[in-house]
Formats: sequence, structure tokens, C-alpha cells
Amino acid sequence: MSINWFKYASPATFYPLAGKLIPLFYALAAILTVVGLYISFFVAPTDATQGEAYRIIFIHVPAAWMSMFIYLLMAMWAGLGLVLNTRLSSIMAQALAPTGAMFTFVALITGAFWGKPTWGTWWEWDARMTSELILLFLYIGYMSLTAAIDDVRRADKAGAILALVGAVNVPIIYFSVKWWNTLHQGASVSLTRAPSMAKTMLLGMLIMALAAWMYSIAVALSRARLLMLEREKSTAWAQEVLEQKS
Amino acid sequence: MLTTIIRRDLLLAYRRRSDVLTTLFFFVIVVSLFPLGVGPEMKTLRLIAPGVVWVAALLASMLSLNRLFAADYQDGTLEQMLLAPQPLALIVLGKIVAHWLVSGLPLALMAPVLGMQFDLPPAALGILFLALLLGTPILSLIGAIGAALTLGLRGGGVLLSLLVLPLYIPALIFGAGAVEAYSAGLSPEGHLSLLGALLILTGLAAPWVTAFALRIAME
Amino acid sequence: MNWGSWSNFIDMGGRGFYVWGSYLITLICIVLELGQLARHKRTLWQRLTQFMKLNKQG
Repeated sequence: MSINWFKYASPATFYPLAGKLIPLFYALAAILTVVGLYISFFVAPTDATQGEAYRIIFIHVPAAWMSMFIYLLMAMWAGLGLVLNTRLSSIMAQALAPTGAMFTFVALITGAFWGKPTWGTWWEWDARMTSELILLFLYIGYMSLTAAIDDVRRADKAGAILALVGAVNVPIIYFSVKWWNTLHQGASVSLTRAPSMAKTMLLGMLIMALAAWMYSIAVALSRARLLMLEREKSTAWAQEVLEQKS
Repeated sequence: MLTTIIRRDLLLAYRRRSDVLTTLFFFVIVVSLFPLGVGPEMKTLRLIAPGVVWVAALLASMLSLNRLFAADYQDGTLEQMLLAPQPLALIVLGKIVAHWLVSGLPLALMAPVLGMQFDLPPAALGILFLALLLGTPILSLIGAIGAALTLGLRGGGVLLSLLVLPLYIPALIFGAGAVEAYSAGLSPEGHLSLLGALLILTGLAAPWVTAFALRIAME
Repeated sequence: MNWGSWSNFIDMGGRGFYVWGSYLITLICIVLELGQLARHKRTLWQRLTQFMKLNKQG
């Protein structure tokens, strides 16, 4: 029995599949968020050093993880789209970008809100926060490049190159910022997690990260469906979908 | 092949000398603006000098990036280059070297002179020159990728800077860091060697990626 | 971890502003994104149904 790898690579088959999956992922995201929030506020103990301010960790760290993870996912889909010429991969890459940018922004804001009570400054040029900021610029660069090119095929490929070049640069930027940070301020108090991560704290963070992941899948899939419809509006299957809806 | 491309581009740039000089004057003006903004007090100026010179070099080299492909794109020579039997990456490398000779090198030569405005000791000026000598080719190489991606797009200039500036940051950090390390008494070797490593990495990867981007843009 | 009273929970050990501020901003960002997605969907549907009508007549 040979597996047809490309069965769901064509928008016509992927569109209904995504349609069925999206509500599932939204539901999962909602459930996990409720559980995560319950743990983060009612189960996790008060932190010895930071008191209650550390509870921001339950959205800051998942958002930071997601921003990095989505960028790598985006680069992977873009690379796939470039190599295999499958339109759907490039559509997935462009569907992921806004959600990734949103999580980067959330990570930056929650980081600042966490920095104020713990370090007394809204913005600390800490290696991770700085590379998070640069990651936001990379996202904005990708989104504006793909938006600026009218020809869809060129937009996909040019965006793919930028995403891949960006992905190669993310570690370089992180390390150069890390060395830059240590040269200037010596070992300043960086955004260290609570030293002894109580089990419940870690659990709360992991559940919230999972919730963020489910949410991203749901949003990316629904945005991908819109992009698919937009690009394939003159095809038979799109007409059919439109008839059903209207 | 490489030398013919470089000679051709240098000849073209020589004919339009004003383009070249504007980038250089832009660099000088931007650098001289900072003391007016920050204040004439030498202690702070010496502190910010490397960063100011480097950021100005970044902006100046980026201004001249669209000159890299735009002219050839308009009059169709770029298409001929794509059809040429020689590898496109080689042609692109030639163009990048020509662009560097025209916009990067003058900046590096000019920087020590401007450094005096900031009362940098001569040895620091030497390191600044060396760092820029290693750094400006990186700017041209990475910038070429951005120029190829945004070829022929409306609003290309601003878009180009949006794409390319985040990628310049490692070069900026190590370039400016080298001079700061020296003035802080540490040896700048580490920063300069990292800058060299960046140069090798971009030197190998950028022409090939730019060629690929050009093929996509010209489809 | 019981908070004793509701007001302790809001106060969050004196850090209420920062904790609830960051949660509020995250909520706003998510709501904005979902809103933008819904708006994108609505405008797309209008455009496509119109496109389809024109196609039929054409």
C-alpha cells in the first residue's frame, strides 16, 4: 500500500480537512488555557524571590517559545514550498507569519511588564529580549516583502528566501547579542527563571505553551484556508465551496 | 569574467560620479550630526564614536544598494546576465565587489578622518578602519540579497532597509564592539576575527543566494 | 495556593498591575488577531461571491 504523500498537498483536498480540524484545535486551545490558568494562579506557589510577579512567566515564556518555534516552522514550510514547488507549503508559511509576529510582540510586552517589578526598568537590553525584538523585525520584514509583491509565485519564493536567510541568522544574532550584552554590562541580572522551578510552575508553563500551540495551529489553518480560496478562486472546487456557502 | 564585470561596473560608477559622492557625503554628514545632537563634550563623544560611525556606514551603504541591480534591470542587461554561460553567482559577486569598491571602501578610508571629530586615539582609529574594512563587504553582500529580493518593487528602498537592517546587526555589534573593546582596554582580536568569520560566511553564501533571488525576480 | 480573599487575588502581592496588565495585553492581542481574521474572512467572502456572480453572467 503506497502512501500518497501528496494527497493533502492539493488545496482541494486540504481545504475540507482543515475545515474539520480547526474547531477541534480551537476547543483544545480553550480547554488547555483554562487548565493552565487555573494551575498558574491557584496551584503554583508564591515564588521565594519574586513574590507574585513571576506569574507573568505563564504567558511570557510560552509566547517566547512560540515566536521562535513558529519562525522555524515558517522557514521550514517556506523551504519546502521552494524545493517541492507545492503552493500549499508557501501558503502555510504565509499563514503562520502574523501569528508568530503576534506572539513575539506579546513576549516583548509581557517581558517588559515582568522586568519592571523585578529589575525596576521596563526594558532591559538582555540578550534574549533583544533577539526577541530583532525576531519581530524579521517577521515584519517577511510580511511586508510578501505583501509588496503582487505576483503570487514570486511572493512565495522571495518570502521563502528571506525566511530561510532569516532562520540562518537567528542563532548568529542571538549569540552576537549575548556577547555584546556580556561585554557591556558584565553578568547583569538577566531574565533568569525562578531558580528552583517548582514542579507545578513548570507544569503550568508547559500547559500554557501547549495551549498556545493549539491556538496557533487553529489560526494558521483558518488563515491558510482564506489564502487558498483567494488564490484558487477560479478553480472548480472553489466555486463549489462558494456555492455551498452563499 | 569577474574582472570584466568589476571593471564594467566601476566604469559605470565612474561616469555617474555624483552617485558615489552623495553616499560618501551622506556618511560624513550623518556622522557630524551626532556631536551637534549629543553635545561637544569629548568624553561622551569618544564613548559613542564607534557606534555612530558604524550606524552611519550601515545607512550609507544601504542607500547605494538599489544602484546595484536597478539600472541593469531597467535597460535589460540584467536579463542578458541571467542568460550568460558564466555562473550567475560569479557575475553577482563581481557586481558586489564593484559596489563595495565604490561605496564600502571610501567609507572605511573616510572613517579615521571622521574619528578625529570624536577625539579617538590614533590606535583606535586604526582598529576602526580595520573593522570597517572587514565589515563593509559584509554590508554589500547581505545588502545584495535584499536588493535582489526587492528588485523592481514599488517602495523598494524602504522595504529593502526593512529586510536588510536586522541582518546587519551581527556585523554592527562586532564592528563597533572591536573599537569599544580596544578603548575598554581589552584586545579587539576576538571581535575582528568574528567579523572575518562573518565575512567568509556571507562571502560564500550571499552571491549564490542573490543569484537565486535574481532568477526568481526576473521570471 | 488559596488567596484568602478576592481582593488579595486582584492585588497579587502588590504586583497586580503588572500581572493583570500583561494578561490583559495578551488577551487584547489574541482578540485583535481573531477579529482581523474574521474581518479578512468576511471581506473575502463578499469579494468572491461577487466574483462568482460576474463569472456566471460573463
